[in-house]
Parts: sequence; C-alpha cells; structure tokens
Amino acid sequence: MAEQREKLLQVKNLKKYFNVSRHDVLKAVDGVTFDVYKGETLGLVGESGCGKSTTGRTIIRLYDPTEGEVIFDDQDVGGKLNHSDKKKLSKRMQMIFQDPYASLNPRMMVKDIIAEGLDIHHLAKSPKERMERVYEMLETVGLNREHANRYPHEFSGGQRQRIGIARALAVDPDFIIADEPISALDVSIQAQVVNLLQELQEKQGLTYLFIAHDLSMVKHISDRVGVMYLGNMAELATSDEVYEHPLHPYTQSLLSAIPVADPKIERSRERIILEGDVPSPIDPPSGCRFRTRCPFAMDVCAKVRPKWHEVEEGHWVACHLHDEEMKTEKA
Amino acid sequence: MNHLLEIKDLNVIFHIFGADVQAVRGISLQLNKGETLAIVGESGSGKSVTSKAVMGLIPNPPGEIATGEILFEGRDLVKYSKKQMQKVRGKEISMIFQDPMTALNPTMKIGKQIMEGLIKHQSLSKHDAKKRAIELLQLVGIPNPEKRVDEYPHQFSGGMRQRVVIAIALACNPKILIADEPTTALDVTIQAQILDLMRDLQEKTGTAIILITHDLGVVANLAQRVAVMYGGKIVETGTLDEIFYNPKHPYTWGLLSSMPKLHAKTDKLLAIPGTPPDLSNPPKGCPFAPRCPHAMKVCTEHMPAYTELSATQKAACWLLDERAPKVDPPTTIGVGGES
Ligand SMILES: Nc1ncnc2c1ncn2[C@@H]1O[C@H](COP(=O)(O)OP(=O)(O)OP(=O)(O)O)[C@@H](O)[C@H]1O
Ligand SMILES: Nc1ncnc2c1ncn2[C@@H]1O[C@H](COP(=O)(O)OP(=O)(O)O)[C@@H](O)[C@H]1O
Ligand code: SF4
Ligand code: SF4
Ligand SMILES: [Mg+2]
Ligand SMILES: [Mg+2]
Repeated sequence: MAEQREKLLQVKNLKKYFNVSRHDVLKAVDGVTFDVYKGETLGLVGESGCGKSTTGRTIIRLYDPTEGEVIFDDQDVGGKLNHSDKKKLSKRMQMIFQDPYASLNPRMMVKDIIAEGLDIHHLAKSPKERMERVYEMLETVGLNREHANRYPHEFSGGQRQRIGIARALAVDPDFIIADEPISALDVSIQAQVVNLLQELQEKQGLTYLFIAHDLSMVKHISDRVGVMYLGNMAELATSDEVYEHPLHPYTQSLLSAIPVADPKIERSRERIILEGDVPSPIDPPSGCRFRTRCPFAMDVCAKVRPKWHEVEEGHWVACHLHDEEMKTEKA
Repeated sequence: MNHLLEIKDLNVIFHIFGADVQAVRGISLQLNKGETLAIVGESGSGKSVTSKAVMGLIPNPPGEIATGEILFEGRDLVKYSKKQMQKVRGKEISMIFQDPMTALNPTMKIGKQIMEGLIKHQSLSKHDAKKRAIELLQLVGIPNPEKRVDEYPHQFSGGMRQRVVIAIALACNPKILIADEPTTALDVTIQAQILDLMRDLQEKTGTAIILITHDLGVVANLAQRVAVMYGGKIVETGTLDEIFYNPKHPYTWGLLSSMPKLHAKTDKLLAIPGTPPDLSNPPKGCPFAPRCPHAMKVCTEHMPAYTELSATQKAACWLLDERAPKVDPPTTIGVGGES
C-alpha cells in the first residue's frame, strides 16, 4: 500500500552535529533516513535527548543540516538555501511547539500572532482580508472572533495551543511538524487538541510529523511510527506493527516500560527493565548505539553499526538480530 | 478505625491580590499503614496543596489552613508548632518532588545530603551516618556507593538523582512517603526503574505512600486506592479496580476516556470540553457542572453529597441520587484486561 502513496518528504542520511566545545562534537542526529507520505501522520518517539526535536527543526531549517538530504515535494531543501527559498519553504511547512506559554509573544495580540505568516508572505490583499482570515482561523481551531484582540496571557494552556495551531494553519501549509504539542497540557485538554489536529487533517488533507514521548498518544494519532535512540532511527513501521510486532530490542523495552492505565494488565505484565541510562551523544558507543543497554548485545554490535533496512514491506529496523547478511556471515 | 493518617474537612485558602483562592475545599481522606493511595486530577485541582498541608509546608502568608484536621497517628498536625513539625518532617513523613534537581543541593556532596537527616533525627555519629548513607545508596540501586557518596548531584543522571532523592526521603524510615509526580520528569525506561524501586522499597520498609500523579498508567502500576480530585474537592474515591472498572463520577469517566489505550484501538478520544474552574470564584454547586455532559439544574445550585457505593467506594454526584435519571458510563469504561 505504501508504495502507491506519494512521498511528500524524503529524509536521507540526515545528520546534525553541534560543536559544544572546542573539542567536543555532539551528534544530536546521526544519519536518519525516512519518508513521509502525503496525508499521513508520522509519529516520532524516543527518550529525552534522542534527537526528535533536532530532526524536526533541521527539516524545517531552523538548523542547517550537517549532512544528508531533505527532499520536499521533489525539491531538495536540505542544501544551501537563501533567504527567499527559506521563506518559500516556511509557507508550505509550519511548526507547532511544545510550550504554549513560551511560543507566543506575550506583547502581541492574538490577531497579530495568527496573521504573522500572512504578513511575512503578503498573503492578505487588504486589512479586511487579513482579519477575515484571522477570524476564520480562530473559528477553525474552536476559538471565537472576540478572542482576536486579546493577549496570550488571557488564555488557558489548551487555548494557547489552539492559537499556536491557528498561527501555523493561517498560511495554508501542506506539512506540519508538531513538536510535543500536547505535553504541557492536562489529560482532558490533550484530548481536545489531538481531536482538533485529527479533524483538521481530515478536512484539509494535512501531513503531520508528530513528535512526542507519550507512546499511547503517538500510537493513537499516527499512521506510522519511528522510534529514535541516541541520534539514530531504531525502527519504523505502521503504528500497529510497531506496537504489536516490535523487532528492535529498544522498541520492545520501551513498550514494556510504559505503565498501562489498566490495573489487570499491569498486574500480569512481564517487564523488560532496561538498566542504566542513555549514554552521552558526545561520546556515543561504537557500533550499535543501544548496545550498552541491550539485553541481546553480541560481539558484532560493538564493532559494526547495524544497517538501516526494510526487513518486511514497510517495516524498517537497524539491528544485527534482524540483518540477514550478518547472520550468513556469522554462519 | 485507626488510620495512620486521617484528613478531616481540610480547607486551604491562598489570599492573593484581594482574591481568595480556595485551593482545597473540604476534603477528607484516610491513609492506612503500608498502603499506596494515589491522588489524581487536573493541574490546579489541589493535589500538591493537600500534600503540602500534610507536610506543614503551606507558605503563610499567602496560604492558610482555614479549617480542618490532619490526624497523624491520632495527633492533629494542624495544631503543631513550626518546631514540632520539623521533627515530623523527614522523620515520620517525608516527601519527594517532581524535579530531582531542585530537590538536591548542587553544592553539597550526595552523601552529606543523606547524612543530614540521619544526624538530625536519629542522632547518629558522623561515621555511622556515612555508613548508613552508603547502605541507602546501595538500597536504591546506585552502583559503587562507596565512591559515589562523595560525588556531587551534577555527576549523577536524572534517574540516579531521583534515586538519591528517594534515599534521602527514606533515610529515617518514615511511616509516610508523599511522592508528588515522582516520575513525571523522567523518561519511560527510567520511570520503570523508579516505579520498580518504589514498590520494592515499600515491601521492605512498609512505608505508606501518597502518590500524586496525572498519569493513570503510573496509578495502575503502583496504587491500591485512588482519590480523584476536581476543583479543590475529592469527587470520587475507591479501590484501584473500582475506579478503573466501575467508576461512578462523570469526571472520572472523562479522565479515563480522554486517554488513548495502548492495548486497544480508540477511534476518537472523548475530550472533556471547557477548562477547570477558577478557584478564586468556585462554582456554587458541583465543580464539574460547567463541563459535565449530564449536568442538571440541581448540579449548578447545590454541591452533591457523597453516595457510598461500597465499603470502599464513594462519589459525589447528583446522578447517584435516587431521583436522578439513569445514565450509563461511556462504553469505553469498564472494559479491562487483555480480553
Ligand atoms: N542548539 C543545540 N546546541 C547543542 N546541543 C543541542 C542543541 N539542540 C539540541 N542539542 C542536543 O542534541 C541532542 C538531541 O536533542 P533534541 O532536542 O533533538 O532531543 P529530543 O529527542 O527532542 O528530546 P526531548 O524529548 O527532551 O525534547 C541532545 O543531547 C541535546 O542536548
Ligand atoms: N503558593 C501559592 N500561592 C497562591 N496560590 C497557590 C499557591 N500554591 C498553589 N496555589 C493555587 O492552589 C490551587 C491548587 O494548586 P495545586 O495543589 O498546586 O494543584 P495540583 O493539583 O496541580 O497539584 C491552584 O489554583 C494554585 O494556583
Ligand atoms: S544491534 Fe546488537 S546491540 Fe544493537 S539492538 Fe541489535 S542486538 Fe542489540
Ligand atoms: S453532580 Fe451533576 S454536574 Fe456534577 S458530575 Fe454529577 S451530573 Fe455532572
Ligand atoms: Mg524535544
Ligand atoms: Mg502539583
């Protein structure tokens, strides 16, 4: 099925390194490859610091990639871009941020926040048209016209996140990167925002890259899910496949670590409890990044970096346990 | 019955900018020896204020325990002086907070921070306190404790810091441990380690735990009983199974159905519309009425009384009044287990 679908975004061997001191390079994202299909939601999960936000921010060019390709709608947008190219990109790709408090300028009125993109891209022909678009956006995200002349501090967390969504939608983008858009919200409000994102996707055919660490929410909203560990992609498949047949030992332990809101399941579950912590991305382990915590680590895992490949149709994994070539070599 | 801790009709008010924020509005609850009671609810519903009241940590001004009793082994902590409370805190009741970094002093060696309480409350010599500190680090699963006891917090990872915070909290064998969002700042694989540790330690020490969290997965993992708070009140309490499989309060229904399930497919989440009440001007009747899909006229006028549903479960909702229409919970409620 995946094959017939059109690719909106192709990310190939993307790397983003940060020079954190004179001697140290932090490999925040170290060679990730994946596609995003038109109209789908691709979820990105993994523990804090594994490179999810950096991946998103590099795609949207808040950071310049260190290496690799980003192809958006058949156009290479990963290389050198001048100001006007970046501007063009920002009309089609928008971002929603985690913190609904910090991401809105407290001194700007809601109408000006929402119209920011319209102003940058000169999308409104007259002040009247600009306001009409603002009203339309407010109503689209479940707020109302009266909110246009207020300031962000007059709104609750969930309402501010709606304003952030309205701002992103105003320029009529195709692709939205949502970086932990609900993490700062209460459970009951999270559901409001997730439902809104889903409705908007259905109505407007939007494509999402949805970054989060709450795996149950990611499963709920995503068509496919990618699991990251220490700057690498460990596994990627449809969300049902990832949750029901995880292949990578890291995905398996991550899933088994989540406490489930169902006491009967909790009482009967066997957990794989990982030991230790995530190593530093400044000096990551050789070979497979996960080997210092992996219950199945073998000699080869310290020497050779496992290949990122498709083991079954649409199911990608990077692990020597699932590498046929490796197996034959050993035999 | 003799409870380890019994809170009776507690009211906590913050006086700010000429308004009175009624953070906790007449809550009563009991905690028994060795059990884990979870308090769940939206942010701002009064969970942390309740636990701070038990610890004698309500800042005054602006805060004040307006009325109520907090009976710890029969003695009313509300009447205790600051000095008397200092003896209780850390020794008989201790607390761990959400952010392990702010709970630790960055300029003091880990060992010294653990030893402080031991020297203060148990009059151990320096030598014995250090020995005990090393034992405690071992107990909470810090490898190489003899060496790490002389290190500083920044040399520890987030998960290890939370282990240290737990070691400090448990140093004097408290009878009650209050854990306010103990794993919220941690990654899931580290959270699993800490939850395991807490369960293990409770088996070993018999400490009763009050667990405050918004994560119903963590509740299902660790708690035996649950209190659901909304708008400064406890709207429902029950055993873990009663709350998850047979809840009676519409807010509990909403809370359970607004979360996607990892083990089942959910088409659309049942979101609760609206936002929680402003506690400086709380609703006259049921605090959930403005958001409740079943609200009736009586709900906005009068606060519902508790209905006893079993020896262990009660809820405050007008739907439980015999004159009220019969309402079924959402279909997603009550289906549990792997089935
Ligand atoms: N501007 C920067 N300069 C230096 N290092 C950075 C920068 N941004 C991110 N990093 C580092 O890159 C790594 C990946 O960070 P990133 O923010 O992408 O993680 P994440 O997966 O989004 O984590 P979280 O779940 O905590 O948001 C981390 O080690 C982080 O400290
Ligand atoms: N130090 C304080 N000063 C003023 N108001 C406070 C203070 N601490 C808490 N509150 C208020 O009390 C109410 C309950 O807060 P809290 O118990 O912290 O909620 P939660 O259930 O999220 O733990 C909130 O309205 C909060 O703003
Ligand atoms: S490659 Fe080796 S260390 Fe890495 S996940 Fe697979 S088995 Fe574990
Ligand atoms: S008392 Fe009324 S408003 Fe409150 S939860 Fe029950 S039905 Fe809803
Ligand atoms: Mg991030
Ligand atoms: Mg709190």
